[in-house]
Amino acid sequence: MKYGPWEPRIASDWQARPFDIHGLSGSRMANHSRPLSPHLQVYRPQLTTVLSITHRGTGLVLSAGLVAFVAWLLAAAAGPAALDSANAFFVSIPGRLLLAGLSFSFFYHLCNGIRHLVWDTGHWLEIPAVYASGWSVVAASIILTVAAWAVAWGLVGGAA
Amino acid sequence: MSRRTPLGRVLGLGSAKEGVGHWWTQRTSAVALVPLGLWFAVSLVLLASGGGLGYASVTAWIATPTHAVLLLLLLATACYHSVLGVQVVVEDYVGLGWAKVASLLLSKFAHALLAAAGMYAVLHVAFAGAPA
Repeated sequence: MKYGPWEPRIASDWQARPFDIHGLSGSRMANHSRPLSPHLQVYRPQLTTVLSITHRGTGLVLSAGLVAFVAWLLAAAAGPAALDSANAFFVSIPGRLLLAGLSFSFFYHLCNGIRHLVWDTGHWLEIPAVYASGWSVVAASIILTVAAWAVAWGLVGGAA
Repeated sequence: MSRRTPLGRVLGLGSAKEGVGHWWTQRTSAVALVPLGLWFAVSLVLLASGGGLGYASVTAWIATPTHAVLLLLLLATACYHSVLGVQVVVEDYVGLGWAKVASLLLSKFAHALLAAAGMYAVLHVAFAGAPA
């Protein structure tokens, strides 16, 4: 592995040059001979950071999904024609993509949310536990999403 | 040296005790959403697998008293949890003061509208919409 996950990608850029403690060589903006505070884009993505931002992203997707949920309930309240229109949208290609995204977001946010709740009790905070629970969340959310669709389509389990 | 205000000392008050209110309510609603969300997901999957996403079966499902009550709880809890989450995202990423306030107001009004509309729909189906 070229970089450890904790090392900035541009590490060699400033390490190879003489240390300009006064930052006087070159213009202020173009001077990279001084150590820069490593910002988000210079880090190799890690499981921990990717899962963290995915939790936030899936949360926003689910917030948007509330609109679809309420629209579906309103359609059911409005009558058969309205619910048929709603169902026609949900089985269209954009509708299926929306439901696929919503279902994965739901299971991911659920599993990782439980991981967060365990952290809040002070457990699983050691690095090996963080990685083990992280990969478990990835596996569980994919398995649950696939399982839900398999049962919904009648591929698995008794279609009542 | 005490930093408490004279009024606070007279009234025997400490801190407002609401500093962790957002944190606690986000966790409380999260815990509630685990069973509520799982119940809704399983119900939806079973409805779909039974081929029952048409008007008659969906309204009959919503109108079942247990389902209607759980749907109302799900709507309230999900909207509450969502508004707290969106607030954190807005506070983290929206820099300008007026844009931040506007986004937070918009989010709160939108969530209140969603909660009210969703609850109205459930109650309408439960009390008036079930096919005779």
